[in-house]
Amino acid sequence: MSVPLEHDYIGLSDASSLERSTESSNINVFTLKATELSLGLPGFGKNSEENAKFGPVVKNYMSGAKRGFSDVNFNGSGPSGKWALNGGSEADLCRGVNCVFEKNQTSSSDVKPVEEEKKGPVKAQVVGWPPIRSFRKNTMATNLPKSGDVAEANLGSGECLYVKVSMDGAPYLRKIDLKIYRNYAELSTALEKMFSCFTLGQCTSNGIKGRDGLTESKLKDLLHGSECVLTYEDKDGDWMLVGDVPWEMFIDSCKRLRITKGSEAIGLAPRSTAKCKNRN
Amino acid sequence: MVDRVDSAGEWTQSSRFPDEVLERVLALIDSHKDRSSVSLVCKDWYNAERWSRRHVFIGNCYSVSPEIVAARFPRIRSVTLKGKPRFSDFNLVPEDWGADVQPWLSAFSTAYPFLEELRLKRMAVSDESLEFLATKFHGFKALSLLSCDGFSTDGLKAIATHCKKLTELDIQENGIDDLGGHWLSCFPESLTSLEILNFASLNSEVSFDALEKLVARCKSLRVLKVNRNISLDQLQKLLSHCPQLTELGTGTFMQELISGPVAEFKNMFSNCRNLITLSGLWDATPFYLPVIYPACASLTFLNLSYATLRSDELANLLSHCKTLRRLWLLDTVGDKGLEAVGSCCPLLEELRVFPADPFDQEILLGVTESGFVSVSRGCPKLRYVLYFCRQMTNAAVATIARNCPDFTHFRLCIMNPGQPDYLTKEPMDEAFGAIVKTCTKLQRLAISGLLTDRTFEYIGKYAKNLETLSVAFAGSSDLGMEYVLQGCQKLRKLEIRDCPFGNAALLSGLTKYESMRSLWMSACNVTMNACRVLAKERPRLNVEVMRDEEGGDDSQAHKVYVYRTVAGPRRDAPPFVLTL
Repeated sequence: MSVPLEHDYIGLSDASSLERSTESSNINVFTLKATELSLGLPGFGKNSEENAKFGPVVKNYMSGAKRGFSDVNFNGSGPSGKWALNGGSEADLCRGVNCVFEKNQTSSSDVKPVEEEKKGPVKAQVVGWPPIRSFRKNTMATNLPKSGDVAEANLGSGECLYVKVSMDGAPYLRKIDLKIYRNYAELSTALEKMFSCFTLGQCTSNGIKGRDGLTESKLKDLLHGSECVLTYEDKDGDWMLVGDVPWEMFIDSCKRLRITKGSEAIGLAPRSTAKCKNRN
Repeated sequence: MVDRVDSAGEWTQSSRFPDEVLERVLALIDSHKDRSSVSLVCKDWYNAERWSRRHVFIGNCYSVSPEIVAARFPRIRSVTLKGKPRFSDFNLVPEDWGADVQPWLSAFSTAYPFLEELRLKRMAVSDESLEFLATKFHGFKALSLLSCDGFSTDGLKAIATHCKKLTELDIQENGIDDLGGHWLSCFPESLTSLEILNFASLNSEVSFDALEKLVARCKSLRVLKVNRNISLDQLQKLLSHCPQLTELGTGTFMQELISGPVAEFKNMFSNCRNLITLSGLWDATPFYLPVIYPACASLTFLNLSYATLRSDELANLLSHCKTLRRLWLLDTVGDKGLEAVGSCCPLLEELRVFPADPFDQEILLGVTESGFVSVSRGCPKLRYVLYFCRQMTNAAVATIARNCPDFTHFRLCIMNPGQPDYLTKEPMDEAFGAIVKTCTKLQRLAISGLLTDRTFEYIGKYAKNLETLSVAFAGSSDLGMEYVLQGCQKLRKLEIRDCPFGNAALLSGLTKYESMRSLWMSACNVTMNACRVLAKERPRLNVEVMRDEEGGDDSQAHKVYVYRTVAGPRRDAPPFVLTL
């Protein structure tokens, strides 16, 4: 048995592990995309098709992890510069860049995207521009865009909170940033996507038809389905069941996550082994 | 028909109808434009019209005085009043500029003691004024405040407490001092007449108990828009009391805690068969959004501009909303989301796409020209668009114009000022040229991007129905503004900021401004002397110049506001406003 490869936090991994996961076929295309080589901010992988049409090619860098980009800065914009890259292998970086160039046919500029981004210091905001009423401005400011494809223009929401996620029987662990999720529902969705390539057939809730009829009790079923239990290790080193405490409290105390399966899931009734539907 | 010769020696025909009958007939005319026309026919009709008018619309509170209004129209029950220039919404007008509603209320308390409705936009409203309104007008029924400022929730308390016959309380985006939600508890138990209640833009929590009881006893309630503090299960309880709602603004659309079995929400909307408008949906996530699917089939207006949805989430939702006519979105849905709009909503007439993060300097997200084109392909009936984006091309806009020739309102905001066509690097002149050439019904236009005088040449030449034009960071010379003033015969409102238009441009409109409601020019190249000339030549215009707060050159007129008036110069102008 091969040594489980731990993904580094940029989401770069060996090609071989990608191949292993392709056996799960089509529905895992999106999962593959999540592990695809690319650079950029977290939670953007889902948006890569949308971004493909954007002019400045650099937008397509938006899949993969956020952390670890602090060493090298583009256009000297300091630690808050989005385009800071760390010293990941050059080959991997180029791979990401090439993927992106191929995807983006609409951009006419072959100027290196990096340079296009080089606008110098952030421009001073013009009074009253763009023309948006104060109420909306204030509301959107406090409504910090969170997970999914909504970018954070500045990483002002604080540090990222990367925790390892292990699943029993999976060949390697993953790491996720808890800060990008707003609630348990989103975490569950993300984990499901991330681990669906590992015959997660057991880990599903009975009778989910699309999203109709989903209730919180069923969500709990999902997280703690008959064959799967999601647990976390808290600051004291104890293993706790996910979902008991408010979300904020959870992310404050969670150090790592574990999806337990099979016989270790004691006390829960067996369910049908419907294939875990991709939530996309 | 008896012919008479009147004092001027003209032949006239006296009306066959007694005045009362004419008044009854004219009472059926609602549109104030029609009423204006009626009043110009002859003196009899002028009188009949003024006695039969119940609603007066005043587009600029300084164009006329309360006394003049009261003298002409003795039987008004409903007033709509607009105050500050529109750019005050974007902080371009200093505080204490004016537009105080109190002088109007004072005049109305004697002239229209039976006033029932008051709708204010961009007026300065104080708590004392709200109390005055609540206590002096005993039959008062409907209050709507949009983009007003100067009041607090204490003013709302007065309204809730004293207006025994209140049918409407509509508080939209205002500069309100939110001191708490106690105002809602001030509605007395005896108040059962409420039909419209909108407090979506207030941040403080109200007493849910009071709200629930209020909703339960107001059987005619048809519009309810709650604020973000109202949770999903609270909303469910409210809906059980008012299934007859036609418009609903939800509270937060997410529940944080998974705390054991929770009541299912999927039946929340199953009894709401009359719902045509849905808004709110704060924090909506794919987990709870399906709850609204049962209501979607009858929706005509869906406001998702506070829900940060992704493209797939929107697509799923829209597949249930085939009858939508108006849709407001955040640009988090991206171009892919807009493709879904194009494919799901063939009846769409209005689309507004707001930026989730307007100050993001990088072109990372949001929507592009491609999303707009997708919508135009699928929605040929589009007539109103407000679109915030970070890139656009002339070709795309030309395509859009071809696909949607019926535009009446085209407001395109390319958020980086002075940005060219990102593919060709040319100015965006041809884009707006295409719009004005193709869309002959265009009434309102807002332009952006890198624009030369050519844009204005097109506008002046083709936009013959244009009434409102908003210009920022555009133009190359005075010619630009001159083209518009000469060519757009129906122009009523012109607002310009940060453009290289100077005195020649300003004065080229000398004969035009009296046919317009107002002109705003800020950060242009106009000097005080030119303003003085204008003021001198046109005594029926008020030419107001706002001093620049930071001092600077006194000969430059930094902010100029020109409007026609029959009320003479303002008597309440603050020190920084100079009326020439």
